Amino acid sequence: MTTTSTIFFELALTCYFAATIISIVELFKGTKITTRIMLLLVILGFILHTVSIIYRYMASGHIPITNPYEATSFFSWCSVLLFLFLELRYKIGLLGSFIMPVVFVLMLSASMLPREINPLSPVLQSYWLGIHTLLAFLGNAAFAMAFGVGIMYLVQEHYLKSKHHSELFHRLPSLQSLDEINYRLITIGFPLLTLAIITGALWAENAWGSYWRWDPREVWALATWLIYAIVLHARLLAGWRGKRAAILSIIGFLTILIAFFGIKFLKKGLHVFL
Amino acid sequence: MREKLAFNGPKLEEGLLKIKNLPEIKEAVILSTCNRVEIYANARDAGKAAESIKNFISEFHGIKRDALETSLYTLENITAVKHVFRVASSLDSMVVGEPQILGQIKDAFEFALSKKTTGVLLNKLMKKAISVAKRIRTETKIAENAVSISFAAVELAKKIFTDLSTKSVMLLGAGEMAELAAKHLMSSGVKEVLVANRTYETGCSLAKEFNGRAVKFEDFVHEIVNTDIVICSTGASKYVLAKEQMHHVMKERKHKPVFIIDISVPRNIDPEINDISNVYLYDVDDLQGVIDTNRLERQKEAEKAEEIISEEIETFQRWQSSLDSVPTIVALRDRADAIKKEELEKLLNKLPSLGEKERKDIEYMAAAIINKLIHPPTAALKDDTEDKDILIATIKRLYGLNEKED
Repeated sequence: MTTTSTIFFELALTCYFAATIISIVELFKGTKITTRIMLLLVILGFILHTVSIIYRYMASGHIPITNPYEATSFFSWCSVLLFLFLELRYKIGLLGSFIMPVVFVLMLSASMLPREINPLSPVLQSYWLGIHTLLAFLGNAAFAMAFGVGIMYLVQEHYLKSKHHSELFHRLPSLQSLDEINYRLITIGFPLLTLAIITGALWAENAWGSYWRWDPREVWALATWLIYAIVLHARLLAGWRGKRAAILSIIGFLTILIAFFGIKFLKKGLHVFL
Repeated sequence: MREKLAFNGPKLEEGLLKIKNLPEIKEAVILSTCNRVEIYANARDAGKAAESIKNFISEFHGIKRDALETSLYTLENITAVKHVFRVASSLDSMVVGEPQILGQIKDAFEFALSKKTTGVLLNKLMKKAISVAKRIRTETKIAENAVSISFAAVELAKKIFTDLSTKSVMLLGAGEMAELAAKHLMSSGVKEVLVANRTYETGCSLAKEFNGRAVKFEDFVHEIVNTDIVICSTGASKYVLAKEQMHHVMKERKHKPVFIIDISVPRNIDPEINDISNVYLYDVDDLQGVIDTNRLERQKEAEKAEEIISEEIETFQRWQSSLDSVPTIVALRDRADAIKKEELEKLLNKLPSLGEKERKDIEYMAAAIINKLIHPPTAALKDDTEDKDILIATIKRLYGLNEKED
């Protein structure tokens, strides 16, 4: 079953790769047809990816997010899920051009990580595993989308300010739409991240007898939480919308990426399995 | 000159019927817009037809032939077909991609149809021209992106705001272009129009026109706090809005985006205001730059459109050559022979006991019936008649000879 899972993973990776190529073409010479092809590839990739994760689940008997390979793959899956949801809701296919390259790079780095299934350490054998990680991953995926939308905002804002309008200008949504979607995503991601931190603390108390241990990942999670808390706060109180909100959501996601990959190399904390 | 040549109102019907009744002309359509007067006609002899139409125009509009000659051009055959296609697709227009011409072509054709001045050829040509124009509109971006200042302003507003129906506009001063832009914004559904004029009364009457509200000119800066789009066109010789003031306004607006269009020459709004975040300031030169790029973009798309037209001309030519009588005669005979053969086979299979002579007789009779039946249409096709195209089309229809087309 692990082999089947791997085959489906590779197929999904191929689809995402093709979708990424098309999505870059889309940036420069987009038509309705290229958007449709890209979306079809993403959907196909997503289905294959889902099958791969299900096989992995059946092989290991737990939700497959307990080693770096699984986690990266699962995070990519959450991001694609959210992207498809956004496309359905806002018809914002062009977002693919900003998100699919990130997804592809994540998947590619996942494909280079070891894939053997290690026995689950007793600490992780808990229903908290599913709840905590799902919340954290979905929250971070929402921030990933906010990152993509934020870049789109900056590009469109640049066109409007500089008064040089390329062909892309006509295909990008209005600033207001991009700002609203960005805000919506952060209002989805923030409570999810908050709950993830709370469940994480509860789980830690349960497993190790203390809520908070200043483990590197905990610190980064807190830093991320603070950044997005500032984003929301500044918007509501000081009217920090538009460009500033876009920049903050880009910084926020970069922080998450650093946390995700950086801490893996520190290998000190309790979160070593991720 | 163009005005003198126009076929307006009752002149259109009169002119169309008179042209149709010229002895050289079989079918006619008149297209008369503010930019062009064109007469499309089907005639056996193009040269003669052109002469008699020119004579007619000179007589009808009371213009000397010599004076006419310099402002007319005549096109024949395939170049004429190409021209009609290009006109309908607005490739021949002053503003490439402008949408009105297609409607005008449709109207001209429908009018001619209602006066029964068209026949097989022009019906096909005009319908084809309309479908080619539609194809070009969907397959190329020839009609996309604004090419006038006022539309460019609306287009930009839509790239800043999603839903104009929740946004308000303030017209600062008055001026043709500014009012036009405000009108376009209104028809795009803006919530409210405010008018601030130095003379309050002028502002009031203008506000009435827009179903809006007049505000005192002295208050306009404060009003920007609750306005999303400002169109400025005052005759002031210096800036009426300074950067410092705008900074203040933005704070009060909680930095909600604002779109300012400065149509005044010289400029009335400090260009540095564009540096404030969430403020988008466009002056006339900026808007001109935008539409220049859009024009270039359309020019590029026009090349694709020309390719489509070449393709469509080929299919039109194929259709036209199918109107030739020889292939029709051949097709008619083939069809008759096929029926004869089929029926003979059926009959002879049923009667295997027939002798050689009886068989020959039956075959002879079948051939005779067929020949007598198809003789009159064949003879008619060979005749050199007027309206041969109609005849061919009719015979094809009656005998079911139409190949699948379109």
